[in-house]
Amino acid sequence: MSATPLLELRGIDKSFGPVQVLRDVALSAYPGEVTALVGDNGAGKSTLVKCISGIYATDAGEFFFEGQPVQINSPRDASALGIEVVYQDLALCDNLDIVQNMFLGREKRSGLVLDEATMEQLAGQTLAGLSVRTVKSLRQHVSSLSGGQRQTVAIAKAVLWNSKLVILDEPTAALGVAQTAQVLELVRRLADRGLAVILISHNMNDVFAVSDRIAALYLGRMAAQVKTNEITHAQVVELITAGRSGQLGLRDENGTEYADLTTPGADA
Amino acid sequence: MSQTADRIASSPAPDSPTRGLSLRRALDFVGVQNVSLLIALGILVTIIGTQDPVFFQTANIKTIGTAVAISGLLAVAQTVVIVLGALDISVGSQAGLASVVSAMAFTATSGNAALGIAAALALGLCCGLVNGVVIVFGRVNPVIATLATLAAFKGVAQLVSNGRAQGYTGADPVFIFLSRGSIAGIPTLIWVFVLAAAAVHVMLKYTDLGRNIYAIGGNDNAARLSGININRYILGVYAMTGLIAALAGILITARTGSGQPVSGSEGLELEAITAAALGGCALKGGKGAVSGTILAVLLLGVLTNGMTLLGINPFWQNVAKGTLLVVAVVIQQVRSGERRVGLPT
Ligand SMILES: Nc1ncnc2c1ncn2[C@@H]1O[C@H](COP(=O)(O)OP(=O)(O)OP(=O)(O)O)[C@@H](O)[C@H]1O
Ligand SMILES: [Mg+2]
Repeated sequence: MSATPLLELRGIDKSFGPVQVLRDVALSAYPGEVTALVGDNGAGKSTLVKCISGIYATDAGEFFFEGQPVQINSPRDASALGIEVVYQDLALCDNLDIVQNMFLGREKRSGLVLDEATMEQLAGQTLAGLSVRTVKSLRQHVSSLSGGQRQTVAIAKAVLWNSKLVILDEPTAALGVAQTAQVLELVRRLADRGLAVILISHNMNDVFAVSDRIAALYLGRMAAQVKTNEITHAQVVELITAGRSGQLGLRDENGTEYADLTTPGADA
Repeated sequence: MSQTADRIASSPAPDSPTRGLSLRRALDFVGVQNVSLLIALGILVTIIGTQDPVFFQTANIKTIGTAVAISGLLAVAQTVVIVLGALDISVGSQAGLASVVSAMAFTATSGNAALGIAAALALGLCCGLVNGVVIVFGRVNPVIATLATLAAFKGVAQLVSNGRAQGYTGADPVFIFLSRGSIAGIPTLIWVFVLAAAAVHVMLKYTDLGRNIYAIGGNDNAARLSGININRYILGVYAMTGLIAALAGILITARTGSGQPVSGSEGLELEAITAAALGGCALKGGKGAVSGTILAVLLLGVLTNGMTLLGINPFWQNVAKGTLLVVAVVIQQVRSGERRVGLPT
């Protein structure tokens, strides 16, 4: 594994009005590794991802990409760097087919008109390169696909662009056992190809099955980021639910700050 | 399994498609929706044609073509708006306003048809942008926004014209050419409609602009996350609709020989929406095509023409149109397997 992270975040703050959702968050993602981002519902995982992908502007904090400081102000900035996101609420258009979805917003053209042949070829190559065999036709409407196939298309869409970092927000949340295994295999394959992968998941089995590192968010703060083989199942659960576990996690002194994190009036 | 993988690697497999497959391809190409419209059109033409052979005479076919050209233009524009997931109820008023302005500008420039037409087109663009700005920056629902401008544009047209027909363009060669001229034996009105429809068809089907319009109509959230600037598309589509509505207004001026604030354009918005819906546009967005809309426009045109030829009470014509629309939409819903729970979309 390499010493410099592909993406490094430092001191990220993000508030929605009076609600501070992220506080002084640091996160690193390394090439060739799957970094699992875990945390309870509402811990701020999806928000952090949307900050990385340029959908939300951060209030404070620095981004480093391949060691260089960068600004990410829009989804276009993120994709220009090679960051692609598979969102929790799968960003696919049901009324379009697989190829059309994979190239959404970045269609290939020859002259003024769409270059359908090239797009279909590239989409086919990408799916084949990921050893995806479950879709029958590239011209199938996405509405006719199963949950796992939709997830596969969303992931293929993300790797189509020679991306360097792929972020997946709960890709297995709605899937059955077999389809989950397929998607996890795909996730692992991305990292083995040298990409940096950030995987958000609530399922500890999934996390331990594919990740190299685990980053645990607790109430909008980064409780710990550790290697997967240096931590136990129980410790991760403790980090998620209490923010600390033994030597790991947020110090007690900081506990006083917790009150600020809750919405006004929310503390009973 | 390996067979499917092969199909992925080299997708449009030219390898000897079976008969069933090629039929399927042909169906896919024309679209099931369009096939049913074609069948309906065929039945209608047969019935009317056997009752009254005048129907097939060139003069009558030209009459149908020129009769549908103006509402057809608006229906094509409406198709794009509906695919985007919105609606423009103000197109009729925009056409009326453009009609008045084209005639008034024509008179004011002491008979310069080009300037009259340019003024109307510029105005149409502005009207469309007003709609877009109200929707995008005012955060107003498109139906409400254009319902408001339907009234407002009509009011402006009546104000500037004092509610009366404006100017006299009936003697100008350009307007005469537009209303009664022809190129290669085909009336100019039909040319204008066909060329505009072809341009919109190419835009929707073969450019990234069109693809993104379908994406926004299908799932605006996904479109936004894919980096598509939705606001720009809303503004653009409404501006284009304004431009086409102005074109329709100019044709109204040409046909009537004067600028008409209300008569000639009132009710066109509903005709346009009727044709688009009959042609297979889903009002929730993301679905529809210019080809279907044109077939629907023709179907409605033939229906009106046929009933007039056969001397059927014009009140029945409206009943027939309404029935046709309901039947068509019910068939669409049944085919798409909509569940019968709650308010349909
Ligand atoms: N647009 C928004 N406006 C206001 N508050 C928001 C917004 N988006 C998220 N939040 C709040 O931020 C907090 C973190 O939300 P986020 O979606 O990031 O959680 P999460 O860790 O992804 O949870 P889950 O596991 O349920 O997906 C929540 O309390 C949520 O209510
Ligand atoms: Mg989330």
